[in-house]
Amino acid sequence: MTDAEFLLWVRGPAFTTATFIMCAGLVIRFLEIFLLGRKADLAEARGSAFAGGFRTMFKRSIPDAGSFERSGFTLVSGYIFHIGLFIVIFLFVPHILVFEAATGLSWPGLPSNIIDATNVVTMIALLAVLIHRIKDPVMRMLSEFNDYLVWFVTFLPLLTGYLAFHRVGLSAPMLIGLHILSVELLMVLFPFTKLSHAFTLWMARWYNGAIAGYKGVQS
Amino acid sequence: MSKDKTLGETLQERGVSRRSFLKFCATTASMMALPPAMIPVIAATLEKLRRPSVIWLSFQECTGCTESLTRSHSATIEDLIFDTISLDYHHTLQAASGSAAEHAREEAMQENYGNYILVVDGSIPGENNGYSTIAGISNKAMLLEVAAGAAAIVAVGSCAAFGGIPKADPNPTGAVSVSDLIKDKPIVNIPGCPPIPAVITGVLVQFLTFGLPELDQLGRPAAFYGNSIHDRCYRRPFYDKGLFADSFDDEGAKKGWCLFKLGCKGPTTYNACATTKWNDGTSFPIEAGHPCLGCSEPDFWDAGSFYKALSTPTEDIGKTAVYAGAAGLIAGAALGASLRARKQSAVKNHERVTIDDLDQES
Amino acid sequence: MTANGMPASTIASSAPCAPPTGNLVPLLHEIRHALTRWLEQGEEHVIDLRSIPLAPGEEDSLLEQLGEGEVNARLSITGPSDIIETRYPAVWLITHYNENESIIGRFIEICEVPGILKSQADDIRAGLERLEDQLSNAETRA
Ligand code: SF4
Repeated sequence: MTDAEFLLWVRGPAFTTATFIMCAGLVIRFLEIFLLGRKADLAEARGSAFAGGFRTMFKRSIPDAGSFERSGFTLVSGYIFHIGLFIVIFLFVPHILVFEAATGLSWPGLPSNIIDATNVVTMIALLAVLIHRIKDPVMRMLSEFNDYLVWFVTFLPLLTGYLAFHRVGLSAPMLIGLHILSVELLMVLFPFTKLSHAFTLWMARWYNGAIAGYKGVQS
Repeated sequence: MSKDKTLGETLQERGVSRRSFLKFCATTASMMALPPAMIPVIAATLEKLRRPSVIWLSFQECTGCTESLTRSHSATIEDLIFDTISLDYHHTLQAASGSAAEHAREEAMQENYGNYILVVDGSIPGENNGYSTIAGISNKAMLLEVAAGAAAIVAVGSCAAFGGIPKADPNPTGAVSVSDLIKDKPIVNIPGCPPIPAVITGVLVQFLTFGLPELDQLGRPAAFYGNSIHDRCYRRPFYDKGLFADSFDDEGAKKGWCLFKLGCKGPTTYNACATTKWNDGTSFPIEAGHPCLGCSEPDFWDAGSFYKALSTPTEDIGKTAVYAGAAGLIAGAALGASLRARKQSAVKNHERVTIDDLDQES
Repeated sequence: MTANGMPASTIASSAPCAPPTGNLVPLLHEIRHALTRWLEQGEEHVIDLRSIPLAPGEEDSLLEQLGEGEVNARLSITGPSDIIETRYPAVWLITHYNENESIIGRFIEICEVPGILKSQADDIRAGLERLEDQLSNAETRA
């Protein structure tokens, strides 16, 4: 297989397969959660479940002062790499073209060198998070194979993206191919690992907020 | 021209001055991306060169490569170099045809057995001889026969180098490249559809001067194919700034912004177009406002539409997502229903939640 | 045609918008270093302009900055070549054309006289032969 054939394969059959697994997997996971159903709350509503749920979905993104004191590092590094991931994934023009190819939607991107700098910062934050996970005794005890796997498949596209952008070592088709392949790995694992928190997070917050809102409690 | 004269002697005889020769060496070095310090070495070696014999075979091709080579230059010293090469057999260019032509080929092979250079353009069809035959000899048989006595092989054009357009999906003739069939001879690939003429002559001169050039993974001479179009593209600063033309006639296109969105394959294409350029250094596709097609890379014809961005999937992803969603709905509904049933029975039987239940990963 | 042999239309369409590559200033510094080296050690230096990526229009501005000095020679050798001493002595600009007057190579040489401008031993020998032939022909005729 030449490098060009490899690139064709990752852009073609491999990408289709990965998309299929990710989309089907996500739908299955959602249905699995929704269809489980919830017991009807028979108590009288004291507030709006909708407003509570909606508010909490966003409000929980703002850390309260206490959590800063308790785990400032986790908060800061967590924010950095999440925002970094968002910028790198959604605001790099070649990536936007992929979303456009899939959905028809398009939006303006950022200059490539800004993306590159963001990518480096994101990788550093992810490395810091990993070191923290290994060094901190509590974190280490809580961590399982899955956590490291999820870290790895998140980090890999950033690294391969960096190498492809700077064209280090291998041929350009091979570097770009490896980058796309690493993303496909992420896509395939996405619905079946903790990575799916990117979606389930909002549902969980909604539930929490909605329950509290129904009871008329601030959350 | 006598076969035992050196190139230097032949040129002198023809009244080509030493200055002309130096000029040729200087421009050739520049074309081969060699440091100017190499100019005297080229001069010294070429001067002493004895006329090598070349046999040129054309298989499944469109003659574009030969056109590229022969039409581009006016009479220059390159032609004299080519005169010096004894082009003993060239299907398309020679006057003789039929058995007379084949006779010339056999003679040239016998005389220089083990020493001639074989140049091939076009890909070689598979088992069915009906696809391409010359004088009753199948392309494959002819290639194997002539290659056996060659010192080295130069595969000119993407077809000879990688199979090219004949090999494009679904490859009706079962076309293969030269290197698919020949494993025991040095092969230099000069891909391109067609290759830059100056690169064809440059590689031949490099070959004659220094022997087998340094080749990359795909058998291409590093001097010409060492950099990608993207690395040498003058529109690169726009790529880095994120300024792209969205169509062929929008503001960006007029301002000369990067053509990535219009499908430019420059980032994955290795060739000398951005520096050597075409038509005697006048311009190259990107300078003319058209994205690079990637014609010097293997399977360029199958890499999706020419106008599809390099980063995007080649298949229809939107459709895949819809199918996947439908499949997911069915599978998810089934799974959900069974979970629900389990939950109801658990509630009915007053099952206890255990630690293991809570520790479930997903 | 313009000074550097590029069709005017090409320049008009691409030159005004091409961003500079930033290679101009380093190039001028390379020339400066080469001149110092020539003065100190007599070392000659050749720069192949084709080996340096330049945006359309950038080469023009380089030529403009180097300007034209005291010597301007044109060689007629399988297509002309222009040998120009720039505003800076010992900085030579050599442009080779093919017979269509398209540029096929452009060099900057730092030296007293570019080698290609000097008469070449082989050519001198051939010339001498011609002169001798001519003289002996004249003698026999006389
Ligand atoms: S036009 Fe093509 S080769 Fe040039 S910078 Fe843009 S993507 Fe790269």
